[in-house]
Amino acid sequence: MNKSALLGALAASTLIAGFASAGTLDDVKARGELICGSNTGLTGFGMPDANGTWVGFDVALCRAVAAAVLGDPTKVKFVPTTGETRFTALASGEVDVLVRNSTWTYSRDVDLKLDFVAVNYYDGQGFMVKKDLGVSSAKELDGATVCIQTGTTTELNLADFFKFNNISYTPVTVQDDSEAQRQYLAGACDTYTTDASGLAAARATMADPENHIILPEIISKEPLGPVVRHGDSQWGDVVRWTFYSLLIAEEKGITKANIEEVAASSTDPEVRRLLGLEGDMGKMLGLDNGAFKAAIMAGGNYGEIFEANIGSATPIGLARGLNALWTQGGLQYAPPFR
Amino acid sequence: MALASEAPKEGFRLSMLIYDTRFRSITIQVVVLILFLLMVGWLLDNTIQNLAAKGKDINFGFLWVRAGYDIEQQLIPYTNDSTHGRAVIIGLLNTLLVAFIGCVLATVIGIFVGVLRLSHNWLISRLMTVYVEAFRNVPLLLWIILVFVVTSETQPAPNDFKVTQAMVDSWQTEDTSDDIYPAAQKMLFGTVALTNRGSYVATPMLDRPLGGTQIGSVPINYSVLATLAVIIGSVLANRALLRRAKAIQEDTGDRPTTWWQSLLILFAPTILLLVAMGFHLQLPAFAADENGVSKGFNFQGGILVQHSFTALTLALALYTGAFIAEIVRAGIMAISRGQSEAAFALGLRPGRTMNLIILPQALRVIIPPLISQYLNLTKNTSLGIAVSYLDLRGTLGGITLNQTGRELECMLLMMLIYLTISLLISALMNVYNNAVKLKER
Repeated sequence: MNKSALLGALAASTLIAGFASAGTLDDVKARGELICGSNTGLTGFGMPDANGTWVGFDVALCRAVAAAVLGDPTKVKFVPTTGETRFTALASGEVDVLVRNSTWTYSRDVDLKLDFVAVNYYDGQGFMVKKDLGVSSAKELDGATVCIQTGTTTELNLADFFKFNNISYTPVTVQDDSEAQRQYLAGACDTYTTDASGLAAARATMADPENHIILPEIISKEPLGPVVRHGDSQWGDVVRWTFYSLLIAEEKGITKANIEEVAASSTDPEVRRLLGLEGDMGKMLGLDNGAFKAAIMAGGNYGEIFEANIGSATPIGLARGLNALWTQGGLQYAPPFR
Repeated sequence: MALASEAPKEGFRLSMLIYDTRFRSITIQVVVLILFLLMVGWLLDNTIQNLAAKGKDINFGFLWVRAGYDIEQQLIPYTNDSTHGRAVIIGLLNTLLVAFIGCVLATVIGIFVGVLRLSHNWLISRLMTVYVEAFRNVPLLLWIILVFVVTSETQPAPNDFKVTQAMVDSWQTEDTSDDIYPAAQKMLFGTVALTNRGSYVATPMLDRPLGGTQIGSVPINYSVLATLAVIIGSVLANRALLRRAKAIQEDTGDRPTTWWQSLLILFAPTILLLVAMGFHLQLPAFAADENGVSKGFNFQGGILVQHSFTALTLALALYTGAFIAEIVRAGIMAISRGQSEAAFALGLRPGRTMNLIILPQALRVIIPPLISQYLNLTKNTSLGIAVSYLDLRGTLGGITLNQTGRELECMLLMMLIYLTISLLISALMNVYNNAVKLKER
């Protein structure tokens, strides 16, 4: 009798503990710091610079979320995660949000109990080879040795692609991007396959980028986006709308430089709502009304972040392509902010 | 007959559970047991509650789902259409392969080094000391990575073995001084090619194999079974021959010459069988067009031994070998000097003294700690993750875990498998230990 009562009390206390950790937004506010799961180091997307400050396309989104929630884009702790550890880190609560080139798939969404709240980069899987290999198409890679990051969707796409084209390959599984590059450059594999954006980033850091080519075939759809735990819709909304606020800012021509000016002069009701001058949009989500303004001020709008980290002016040199705004023929489209 | 009055009979009181020494220890044990069970119950309950809160259940159904990924080293057939369960078995076999070869190598190294370290030759004993101390005192992981980097970065790329059109053209001309050849050549009559991707070795092939069958999707090869049976038969026949020679020696004092009979019995039947089955080696080579110009990315034919496998096995064997060397040395030093002095007095030379007198006795001291080294080596194979060796940790605990998101199930299953392997090794070695240990009557 006593024992069952004790067990019951224990069970109840664990339940309460479970509920207490349900509100990520409150946890972040109480902690005064956002914990963001990032790449272990992928140039342009997320890696520490020479001063140890994290910079990159994915990192900028984390900073925008921190600015929206805490009002300060520097209050972020970045936890590097590998392809293998990232979802466990998120599910266990080690990180609040994961922004790390993670592909939105059905089984991750449904079976892993994760929520992909938006797509911040539309990508596809490609192959990089050395120019002197004399290969111009991925279909000529019969019998090749392929370096592949383990724990990724690319691993499965690769098997499907070679199977579908009825050609063979030898896989060399590696843990992360830097190890893959080392093996590829050392000639341990003929080709390295990952998301095309990742290949461009990897090529940019090589000593002789002109000797490596990315093959034209894109063998998969890889919508990459920020991920949160399933079942915490409020926190999911915070991340989702922070990202959309950056898109709307680009659409409306609000940049880091002119934001104060726009705020002072704009008469567009949507801009005024976005910048917290009209309505209680921020409060509805449990944030300040100026939250989205702070998010845009952290690193600029979506286009500015893209150009600064991975755009055509950077060594990575990615074109906007699918990631242009819908008004310019791309796929980036934010729902109305009202 | 009542010499002493009987002790007064007291009724059992609750306080006796604490104050009576007859009951106290039982009371404490019962209390501790209850606390322990409560803790286990709480852990289980907590796990189930938290899984339920995340909407997850415990389900091993994923083992029967298509895996969808490829594994480079497979001892039994596997494709990406196979199930996760089969991928687990592939990983387990890879683990066992490294563990088995590692244990054999480590034992050989350990015994040699352990004996040599006791040598009176100053140089040899010091060299062995350096080896033992270097390997014992540096983390195993570093050795694995070092061996991997050395093996993979010092070898030529497969491209360097290729014959190009320019080379073929240069051979056509009369002038032999301008002939060019591939930058790298195969070794040992073309049977081995060392590349930075792995070592390609010739594949044994049979023209007239005996066929095979499948038992529960595990292929059984009759040719291999027949060869093994013949080899075992030869060894048994050879032992009978030696026993007869010994009997004659004990009867007459003369030992008949047996070495050529031994050689004949040991090798002739196996060679005859292999010739009958049409044994030949398939050499690793590039596919070539009609002019002899190489095509393709990699060697065709031949078995690819991954550098990750070589590095892991070698590093594990060298590392564990250093520990076994110390165990062997301790075992030998535990045998009293009188034993070897007595052997010398009988005129036995040092080598025979070691083999016939010292080592058999030392084995009794050596076996128990040796078991624990074998267990260590087997468990340390999981460090193969550092060089991307797809063992049990790499398949079940790596890719399968990741692609299915079943962390708890995969980890529990993996722990259970490692536990089973360790207990099996332990049991086998205990059987052996019981066979060699001092029989006390």
